[in-house]
Amino acid sequence: MSVIIQVKNLAKSYWRNKIEIPVLQDIDLEVEEGEFLTLMGPSGSGKTTLLNLIAGIDKPSSGDVLVNGTDIGKLGESLLAKWRSSNVGFVFQFYNLIPVLTAYENVELPLLLTKLSRSERKKHVEMALNIVGLGDRIHHYPKQLSGGQEQRVAIARAIVTDPVILVADEPTGDLDKTSADEILTLMERLNKEFKKTIVMVTHDPHAAERATRVVHLDKGDLVVEPS
Amino acid sequence: MKVFKLIFKNILRHKLRTILTIIGIAVAVIAFGILRTVYTAWNVGVDAAAADRLITRQAISFIFPLPYSYKEKIAALPGVSNLSFATWFGGVYKDKSQFFARMAVDDETFFEVYPEFSLSDDEKAAFQKERNSCVVGESIAKQYNFKIGDLVTLEGDIYPGTWEFVIRGIYKPKFENTDATQMLFHWTYLDERMKAESPGREGNVGWYIVKVEDPLQSAEISTKIDALFKNSLAETKTETERAFTQGFISSTGAIITAMNILSFVIVGIIMLVLGNTMIMSARERTREYAVFKTLGFSAFHLTGLILGESLLISALGGGLGIFLTYPIINGFAQVIPKGFFPVFQVEPITLILAISAALIIGVAAAIFPIQRALTTKIVDGFRFVG
Repeated sequence: MSVIIQVKNLAKSYWRNKIEIPVLQDIDLEVEEGEFLTLMGPSGSGKTTLLNLIAGIDKPSSGDVLVNGTDIGKLGESLLAKWRSSNVGFVFQFYNLIPVLTAYENVELPLLLTKLSRSERKKHVEMALNIVGLGDRIHHYPKQLSGGQEQRVAIARAIVTDPVILVADEPTGDLDKTSADEILTLMERLNKEFKKTIVMVTHDPHAAERATRVVHLDKGDLVVEPS
Repeated sequence: MKVFKLIFKNILRHKLRTILTIIGIAVAVIAFGILRTVYTAWNVGVDAAAADRLITRQAISFIFPLPYSYKEKIAALPGVSNLSFATWFGGVYKDKSQFFARMAVDDETFFEVYPEFSLSDDEKAAFQKERNSCVVGESIAKQYNFKIGDLVTLEGDIYPGTWEFVIRGIYKPKFENTDATQMLFHWTYLDERMKAESPGREGNVGWYIVKVEDPLQSAEISTKIDALFKNSLAETKTETERAFTQGFISSTGAIITAMNILSFVIVGIIMLVLGNTMIMSARERTREYAVFKTLGFSAFHLTGLILGESLLISALGGGLGIFLTYPIINGFAQVIPKGFFPVFQVEPITLILAISAALIIGVAAAIFPIQRALTTKIVDGFRFVG
C-alpha cells in the first residue's frame, strides 16, 4: 500500500502574550492508504494539533505535511480551502452541524462547492445518509436527533464528497457507550468496506482498539509507534 | 439548497430579535422620511421658484413697503416683460390657528406672472369685476369647504378692521409643488380702505414681481432696478425669486438644518441597531463559520452569507418603513394646517435617500462581522465559547 500522509520534521508552536509555547516538535509520521490510525495521548500532548495540521486547518511552524503528494503547508488560504473541500472529511467531537439546516441540508453543504447538479447532489446525499443508517431521518433538524444520530449525520457530511482522508477528533467523546460503539463500528466499516484512510484522535483506549495502528503523543513528541 | 435559503434560515434563528431589529429599522426609516419630508416641504417654495421672475423689495427689510409709483419705472426697463406686485395682508380667519397666506395682489397682472396658478377665464373675469372679491387656492377651498360666492371675513392685524371678501374663483395648482393654499384679493380694495381709514399708509405695495424676457439677464436687470431707486427713501433690493424665497425661510434655517442633520443621525442610529444585531449573530456563529471554512467555504462565501443576511434585514426594515411612511405622511398632511406646508408629500429624493440609506446600513453593519469571521482562525473558531 502507498503512503498517503507524510509528516516530516513537523513542529508547531503557539504564541501567547509574546511567549512561544511549543506544541509539537520534530514529528515524523507516515500513514498508508486505507489505514485506520489513532492518535492517543493525554490532554495537551498535541494530538489535536497534529490532526489539524494533517487536515490543513492549521499551518505548521516548520516541517512538511504531504497528503496524497500535496505539500499542504505551502498552499495559500484559498487553495487550502479548495483542497480541504475535495480531500478531507471532518468529524468533530461536538458534531458541529448547522442547527438551522436539516440532516439532508447539512450533508449537502460540502457539495454546494462542487459542480454537481441538484439531482446529482441529492443522489450523493441520500447515499451518504443511507451508509450511516439515517436514510429515514433526512428532513430532521439536529435538535430532533440524538447525539449518536447527529454524529452519524456529521460522518455522512464528511464522506459525501468521497474525500481522500477522513479525520476525526474525539468522535465519541460526547456520546454514551452504545452510541460510541455504533459510531466506531461505522468508522470501522468505512475503513474496511469503503477503504477510507482514517486518522482519529481519541483518549479512549476502547476506541483506539478499532484502529489498525495507534500512535502515542506525549508533550508534543511521538513516543510510541507500534506496528 | 441555495445560499439565499441559508441566509433566510439564518435570519429566522432568533425570530424575536430579527423582528425587533426590522421594526427598529422601519421606525427609524419612518422618522427619517418624516424629517426629510418636513425639510423638503419647507424648501418647496425655493424649488417652485421660476427662473424668469425677480422680486424687488425694500432694501432694508422685507417688512417695509415700496411706493406704488415704482411700478411704471420698473416696467419701462428693457428686458422686463411683465410686472406685478403684492402685499402681505396677514389677518385672522376664525382664530389664529387657521393659518394660510392672504395677499393683496394686482388683479390684472398677478395671474399673468404666476401662470402656475390656474384660474378659468370666467372666474378671472368675475374676480376682476368686483372690488371685494377674492380667489382662493384649491387646497384651502377643500379644507374650509369654500365655494364660489361664499363670504370670507378676516380680522385685520397689520391692516386693522373687519374685512369681508366674496370668493369669485378657486385656482388650481399647475404643478405638484405649486402652492394652492393662498387667498388673493384686490390690492386696490386694501389701498382704498387705507386711504380712508389710515391716511399715509396708502400707495404702498409689499414687493414687485418682475418677469424678465431672458433669465440670463436677471443679474443685469436686478442691478438696473436697484440703481433706479438708489439714494431714494425706499431703496430696493432685487433678486431672483429663488434667492428671495431662500432669504424668506432663512430665519428658520437653524431649525431646518438641525432637522436635516437629525435625519442623518437617525441613519446612524439604524446602523448601530443593525450593526449590533449582526455582531451578536456573527459572534454566536463563530464556531459555525469555522465549520464552513473547514468544509472549504471561501472568504467570498462567508462574506456573501453575512452581507446577504445584513442586507436582507435592512431591506425588510427599510421596505416596511418606506411602505408605512406614505400613509403616515398623508395622515400628517391631514392634521397640520394647510398653510404651513402648502406641499407636504414624500418627495422622490426622500425615497431615494431612504433606499440608499437602507443599502448603506446593510453593508456597513456587515463590515465588522465579516472582518471578524474572516480573520478568526479555524482552530480559534472551534475553541470559541460564546
